[in-house]
Amino acid sequence: MTTATRDAAERAAVRPLRPAGRSRWRGLVLPVAAVGLWWLLALLDVVNSALLVSPFKVIGTMIDQVMSGRLWRALSASLAREAAGFLIGTVSGLVLGALLGLWPLFNRIVGPSFNTFKQISLFAWIPLISVWFGLGDVAKVVFLSLAALVPVVVNTCDGIRTTPVGLLEVARVYGFTRWQIVTQVVLPAALPSIFTGVYLALIYSWLATIGAEYLLVAGRGIGNTLIEGSEHFQMDLVIFGMFVIGLVGWLMNASARALERRLARWAGHS
Amino acid sequence: MSTSNLVSTYELDIRALGKRYPNTQAEGGELQVLEGIDLHVPAGRFVSIVGASGCGKSTLLRLVLGLDAQYEGQILLGGRPISGTGRERGIVFQDHRLFPWLTVEQNIGVGLRNAPFTAKEKAERVAEHVALAGLGGFERSWPHQISGGMAQRVAIARGLVNRPSVLLLDEPFGALDALTRSRLQNELQRIWQKERITMLLVTHDVEEAVFLGDRVVVMQPSPGRIRRTVDVDLPHPRNRSDPAFIRMRDDVLSDFLETEPEPLAAITR
Repeated sequence: MTTATRDAAERAAVRPLRPAGRSRWRGLVLPVAAVGLWWLLALLDVVNSALLVSPFKVIGTMIDQVMSGRLWRALSASLAREAAGFLIGTVSGLVLGALLGLWPLFNRIVGPSFNTFKQISLFAWIPLISVWFGLGDVAKVVFLSLAALVPVVVNTCDGIRTTPVGLLEVARVYGFTRWQIVTQVVLPAALPSIFTGVYLALIYSWLATIGAEYLLVAGRGIGNTLIEGSEHFQMDLVIFGMFVIGLVGWLMNASARALERRLARWAGHS
Repeated sequence: MSTSNLVSTYELDIRALGKRYPNTQAEGGELQVLEGIDLHVPAGRFVSIVGASGCGKSTLLRLVLGLDAQYEGQILLGGRPISGTGRERGIVFQDHRLFPWLTVEQNIGVGLRNAPFTAKEKAERVAEHVALAGLGGFERSWPHQISGGMAQRVAIARGLVNRPSVLLLDEPFGALDALTRSRLQNELQRIWQKERITMLLVTHDVEEAVFLGDRVVVMQPSPGRIRRTVDVDLPHPRNRSDPAFIRMRDDVLSDFLETEPEPLAAITR
């Protein structure tokens, strides 16, 4: 994930259309057709079965992984890391973003350095992190925090600085104190933007979790399940791992969206 | 201070007011936006300032509001010079400027946020002004759920909820469609007749200025100054089809048109 793609992702905010009624099921047509084709190819044995395992084998691996508890061990390790990194990155991102947005002097001193810092591709940090923190959990959490930090800082600062001047003037007219302006005008106005940052942090840190497990190979995690599958040429395990990673990402996305809708009722999303 | 029968409405006195902005392209590095403005708004009266875009009328209102303290001359409210912003000066902007995260009644309450009243008194005042602005039933609505006209009613209620000495109106209906605009002009006239708060309206709509004002001040640009002042001696509530009203409106309108009123009359005949 380079900086260029990350910025593009921030701007693009892919929100699929939500058609009502029957047409909402049309989104399932493609995946169902793909699985059907996959199943057919495996059944007819047209490709080397070691390269393209059958869906049944993947389901068998799934049952095995779930029943033996290996899925749970790997997933809980990954999720614990994700939670720690996300939390550390988001909280420090909120503090840093708020300082950059609210305190002009701080912004002038720290802003340019931060903007340079965020241009460094996330994965370029890996060598340094592994030298400083090893390959264990600490290194991974540091990496995840870094992934979560940047979008939160950028969006928090932006949200604060784009508070409509008109609303700030209203606050001045009615004699709001500085504290009231910050808590009752600036922060609510910045909230949707802050939420976007936290949401991106959640997604990026999950992507980074897998990246960290893949690049800082030590310990357990769903990324290690992938590596294991790839090293032993078990494509069923690889596909299963990808499926779990996608599912977790999808769940995070869905819950973040639901939470956003609840928090910003006033923004007219519904 | 001339009133005794009513709450605490004050006269507004503007004397030799001037305002310059730094501008590198202008002569002497400064742009004169207002020059020698003398304006008297008697207590409880309604004065309209009408002028084309760029005549400095909105700048004038910002100075009276206290958002900008850099000016020459004097602005006196009830005989005392203004300093900064203050709750005794209410404002309605062209864009309603409601806080999108607050409901209608909470937005009206913003005017009272730092007023020296108990929570109960504030709630009573908000309810009173919800009724005054005709917002009953919309107390709990969010700004994005109501129309532009409704939002402007909320802004008027917020401007009045402090019982200001003077209410400033900066092209309050400029962004509304013609029908809604006429209706809100009637509403504002009703509110003013009921409350008798000193009001100063800035607009580029001549009909609006004459319809609402006891006095119409015509401004002209570069630098912004007063061209003439017209007293409108018509009783309230006013009627837009009253010939006397139309005559007065056309008279003010002629200030903004190249041609004289006579040739126009010749065409219609």
